Amino acid sequence: MADQYYDPKDLRKFGKITEWSEELGTKFFDYYGKVFEEGALTAREKSLIALAVAHTEQCPYCIDAYTKDGLQKGITKEEMMEAVHVGAAIKSGATLVHGVMMMNKVNKLDG
Amino acid sequence: MSATKSLKKEGNELAQANKQLEVLSNGIFANGELPTFAKKIRETGQFPLKAKKLEILQINVGYMCNQVCDHCHVDAGPDRKEIMTWETMEQCLEVIRNTGAHTLDLTGGAPEMNPNFRRFVKEASKAGIKDFIVRSNLTIIRANKKYYDLPDFFKEHNVHVISSMPHWTRGKTDKQRGDGVFDKSIKALQELNERGYGLPDSDLRLDLVYNPSGAFLPGDQASMEKDFKKALMEDFGIQFHNLFAITNLPIARFLDYLIASENYEDYMYQLVEAYNPMAVQNVMCTNTLSISWDGYLFDCDFNQMLELPVNGKSQHISEYNEDLLEGRNIVISQHCYGCTAGAGSSCQGTVA
Repeated sequence: MADQYYDPKDLRKFGKITEWSEELGTKFFDYYGKVFEEGALTAREKSLIALAVAHTEQCPYCIDAYTKDGLQKGITKEEMMEAVHVGAAIKSGATLVHGVMMMNKVNKLDG
Repeated sequence: MSATKSLKKEGNELAQANKQLEVLSNGIFANGELPTFAKKIRETGQFPLKAKKLEILQINVGYMCNQVCDHCHVDAGPDRKEIMTWETMEQCLEVIRNTGAHTLDLTGGAPEMNPNFRRFVKEASKAGIKDFIVRSNLTIIRANKKYYDLPDFFKEHNVHVISSMPHWTRGKTDKQRGDGVFDKSIKALQELNERGYGLPDSDLRLDLVYNPSGAFLPGDQASMEKDFKKALMEDFGIQFHNLFAITNLPIARFLDYLIASENYEDYMYQLVEAYNPMAVQNVMCTNTLSISWDGYLFDCDFNQMLELPVNGKSQHISEYNEDLLEGRNIVISQHCYGCTAGAGSSCQGTVA
């Protein structure tokens, strides 16, 4: 067992998850591949969404993969940072909007 | 910050072809972590790779260049002195007049810096080859007064211009190719457009080459072309015909960059993982021949830089024999993965 939880080299092994469950693994990768194809959204737009979600999920593998994917698609660092801010804004907004719940409760109990 | 001197001038050991080949054969390829290119194409039943009928004759007229780009596989720059002589050019002209190839492709360095460039183009254009390409770095057109009329010269000889443009933004372009390159390139493209180059119905062909600015593979060629066209039109009113997405091969300055930035292993993994047997079928060395400034023959411009001459008896322009060259076994090493990754890569863009 490695002395750290995350190893960048493990990303290369992602495809191997099919070895322990071929049917589900294959279904997942087929689905995954299909999702990122050009559709109503461009592959470029999907890459930026993936990058933003990679950050909100705080997944090091995904950040690694979708930063590289963005560069490959000619996405600029300014665009990438804006996408990360969108993720951060939603994440903090999601926290803050629960403040209404707190306000409701305070008003009910002590209003 | 881009480089200012060639690796050769710096005395960097990676300027030597044998040192580059050593790097490409050792480490992850020697310990079996990744398969060698020969092993990989054997697995897909494509070994040995053989030359088909010649279609493209590519001539490198010298390594001198006005730019010192970070990724340059030629290690070109103002300090390189290797320039094709008129004597060798005459030998090339003899071959051009008799070749069965439909495309003639002049490259460098900056080919325009060869003192006999115009004389050579004038003569070569008389041979009636269907597609006559000059790979122009664009900035040369604005580098000195003596080059200002190049767009007219290209037009006069119906030259097909192919130029490098790493990105539609100033920052990314200048990072790879040097400060001020973006603005000069834009100006040069506008001048070419003014002569009719790159316009939708024009026969004056203007194509751009995109290669990534760092340790990653190029994206989908068609999508990149769309993005380039939109941005260059909106920002500068520039038009061009096609965009060729080319993968950086791990040789010369790009290899030096990969090692210095600790990206070498990851990059080789990317290339090997993206291996595409369909791309192998159409890889450019199977229909191209590369001639060096001193007249030697190579399977491609990359093999030229790695000093890996063609197999067989016809190894120099003085003993050129197209029949003998057909069917030869292509000389390969691990850098070849660069041309077989994803949709493949060649001097004319993707191949699969």
